[in-house]
Amino acid sequence: MNEYDKLIFELSVPGRVGFSLPDADVPEADPARLLPAEHLRTTPPALPEVSEFDAVRHYTRLSRMNYGVDTHFYPLGSCTMKYNPKVNEDMARLPGFARLHPLTPDEAMAGALELMVRLGEMLAEVVGMDAASLQPAAGAQGELAGVLMIRAFHLDREGSPRKKVLVPDSAHGTNPASTTIAGYQTIQLKSDAHGEVDLLDLERNLDEDVAAFMITVPNTLGLFESKILEITGICHAKGAQVYMDGANLNALLGITRPGDLGFDVVHMNLHKTFTTPHGGGGPGAGPVGIKEHLKPFLPVPVPSRDGERYRLDWKRPKSIGKLQSFWGNFGMLVRAYTYIRTMGPDGLRAVSDNAIVNANYVKARLAPHYDLPYAGHCMHEVVFSARRQKRQGVVATDIAKRLLDLGFYAPSIYFPMIVEEALMIEPTETEAKETLDQFCDAMIQIAHEAETAPETVHAAPVTTPVNRLDQTLAARQPNLRWRAGTSGPVGVPPAGRAGP
Amino acid sequence: MRYIANTAAQRTEMLRTIGASDVEALLERIPSKARLGRELGIPAALAEGDLVAHVRALAGQNADGGGYVSFLGGGAYDHYVPSMINHMLLRSEFFTAYTPYQPEASQGTLRSIYEYQTMICELTGMDVTNASVYDGGSALAEAALMAHGVTEREQVVVSGAVSPLARRVVATYCAGPRLPLKTVPWAEGVTDLDALRKAVTGKTAAVMVQYPNFFGCLEDLDAAARIAHDRGALFVVSVDPIALGVLRPPGEAGADIVVGEGQGLGNPVTGGGPYLGLFACRAALVRRMPGRLVGQTVDRQGRRGFVLTLQTREQHIRREKATSNICTNVALVALGATIYLALMGKEGLRKVASLSTAKAHYAADALGRVPAVSRRFGAPFFKEFALRLPKAPDRVLRALRKRKILGGVALGHFDRTLRDCLLVAVTENRTRAEIDAYVEALGAALA
Repeated sequence: MNEYDKLIFELSVPGRVGFSLPDADVPEADPARLLPAEHLRTTPPALPEVSEFDAVRHYTRLSRMNYGVDTHFYPLGSCTMKYNPKVNEDMARLPGFARLHPLTPDEAMAGALELMVRLGEMLAEVVGMDAASLQPAAGAQGELAGVLMIRAFHLDREGSPRKKVLVPDSAHGTNPASTTIAGYQTIQLKSDAHGEVDLLDLERNLDEDVAAFMITVPNTLGLFESKILEITGICHAKGAQVYMDGANLNALLGITRPGDLGFDVVHMNLHKTFTTPHGGGGPGAGPVGIKEHLKPFLPVPVPSRDGERYRLDWKRPKSIGKLQSFWGNFGMLVRAYTYIRTMGPDGLRAVSDNAIVNANYVKARLAPHYDLPYAGHCMHEVVFSARRQKRQGVVATDIAKRLLDLGFYAPSIYFPMIVEEALMIEPTETEAKETLDQFCDAMIQIAHEAETAPETVHAAPVTTPVNRLDQTLAARQPNLRWRAGTSGPVGVPPAGRAGP
Repeated sequence: MRYIANTAAQRTEMLRTIGASDVEALLERIPSKARLGRELGIPAALAEGDLVAHVRALAGQNADGGGYVSFLGGGAYDHYVPSMINHMLLRSEFFTAYTPYQPEASQGTLRSIYEYQTMICELTGMDVTNASVYDGGSALAEAALMAHGVTEREQVVVSGAVSPLARRVVATYCAGPRLPLKTVPWAEGVTDLDALRKAVTGKTAAVMVQYPNFFGCLEDLDAAARIAHDRGALFVVSVDPIALGVLRPPGEAGADIVVGEGQGLGNPVTGGGPYLGLFACRAALVRRMPGRLVGQTVDRQGRRGFVLTLQTREQHIRREKATSNICTNVALVALGATIYLALMGKEGLRKVASLSTAKAHYAADALGRVPAVSRRFGAPFFKEFALRLPKAPDRVLRALRKRKILGGVALGHFDRTLRDCLLVAVTENRTRAEIDAYVEALGAALA
């Protein structure tokens, strides 16, 4: 199985078909008679010609070259790779949702609008906010929406959007990117010796030109910011808004809420906390919760309830505008709605309790074998450093690759950037103690191998279809598409020189 | 709680290993006055059967393309989705995987993205394609930002015949960097080229048109490209990839960036998302491209393999200098499009596009013969066209819905000058009998 090395193009046989389409039932079927010649394609695109079964077998084989949550424990920190319930999928595929056209008039899609309104209300309650926009397509787009709303708020109130946004040095990479796209200068703050925001550095940088402080809670070290109430207070005193990156919301459900911590804006990753599948890199969904004062700036349209009627509200003159052509990643919203209604309030609280116990259990079991850069109980994830193993010549990448051989996906590595040789482990609540024990045993075995047999770790992975790919070659000689006759290893000239 | 495995006894045992008396002991850093101290105010959990009944009831209130005959378009289209695609997408190794950060354990995803990149290059006539962005609107917005980055110019010119919904997304993205967006009017359903010529200056970063445009009409890409290039601006074309089964790829007309909405490629309309943002460009621009790219390389044994590449462009490095914040894309939707294009192949895609064209032209002729109804624009069109009605389109649509027909999109919601117009889309899924029934129903609604 692992020997399979084909691209769909390499299965192509001229004349083979994988489609089934009806014959034309109207008199004139030839586009050449219906459209002017200058608009017509002269050469067909070089798409493959395969049978349906060719494609089924090919993509089934490709799927078996992947690790997913259903096949492997996926302790990828900050990504919250929990189990994706199957009933969510059935619900998203109901014809009334899957075959619903977004430009159906409001009165003919009342059920979809009701689902959006109810989901928005439930999400707002979970994060302690006054409203939520469901439109952002991913967490990063939620960040952009949130920062743009903050920008619109300052502009509306002060006549200026202010100039700067502060982020801690432990922030997700999308935070500074989103603030830059929103037109802000990003100022990075140092973390203190406990891995928390350095209040002195915050106060030093906080002036009347700061539009917002953007912070992840619990932070990317898996630690709750114990001075969070002071932080939000200090920011508000200077007129700055406080934005919470909700990537780690899985730790807080029913325990505390961003709104109660003083945040003005929070985004939620439905594909993390609310079990919509990650799909190998999306689609996600990144709703944004906001306090009352930001409501006028919500993206349009806003799904709304007028008594018994549901509608899309477009009349919002101060809105930041639209983020997607239509109303959001609706299919993801159906899945998240289904999940929340499956869990109820006690179920959501149990999620966080169990996620936190699982992470602290992994921390306790591995603490003798890997360095812990910061002390104290963690929340739903734990960050180790492989600096002890590095002295033996084994780095975080080696440990990650060895785990693949031992039957696990890898933790997030080299993040957060403030931890040397970081290994960020997030077990989530859906993993059982037995799995965590097997994983910890594997991690301990690798720590032992680093001392006694580092060559085994360096050779990993040996059970995967390929082993340690040449990233430098990929970047120096970009080969970004297949071409007939070049099926061997690489062979296309550098993309940078190929253009007109 | 069926998604949580550990029993109370196991949790107690784990807490003992941790050295904590209970869960509360692990939460000591959370200030007590910020603790919720009550249950979340959301409805109690429902058993699966009750939940399914409730969600089905919500779905049942929507006029969908399953129970209705749909002529809705405007950026989302009812093309046939082969059954096999859903089965492949539900393979949990694709479905429950993450972004391919460990390439050895993600070759399935990486390989499929490489195939996708190849296919979109073939369709659009461009050199490179990224691994997708969120949807057609955000793709167009990313193109505006990229053109601004490449040309270091401060203005974007967009045709008024580009989807008004997508144009609003562009405006949102352009607010941050303060890129003024200049909209050029249309005449007879296509971009007014004289107005375009006047609007484009030495400050213009990009000229953006749509092909086929929002009204279904075919733009003169060569003329628009010439106007853009004469002033040193990039030429951006937003496409319907299905149309490129028969229409000339924009790469042949000199497009620098081709974006588009890829929903029609094997993905149902799904209430507006998740969709598929296509993004392709000339090779020379690749290092400015937003989003992820997959490249071919070799492993230690010389075996072919695939990795995410050229990532210095992304937020990982020099993150405050990033030119895009896109992170999660829509990999699973892109996989669906890849499988769709593999099944269709060059012949099938041509057939989908030809059938859509043929049926749309048949429908346009037949509907245009209904008394007092006429085609609004004379320009060549692909699968979508505007009709002028003698009665308010919203009222007509309501009457048609009583006959289980979703008759089109009332254009007055987007453009007041078109408040007597209806935008009608016809895909290969519509039969002649359905079109004839629509003609009859429209006649009755207007009688």
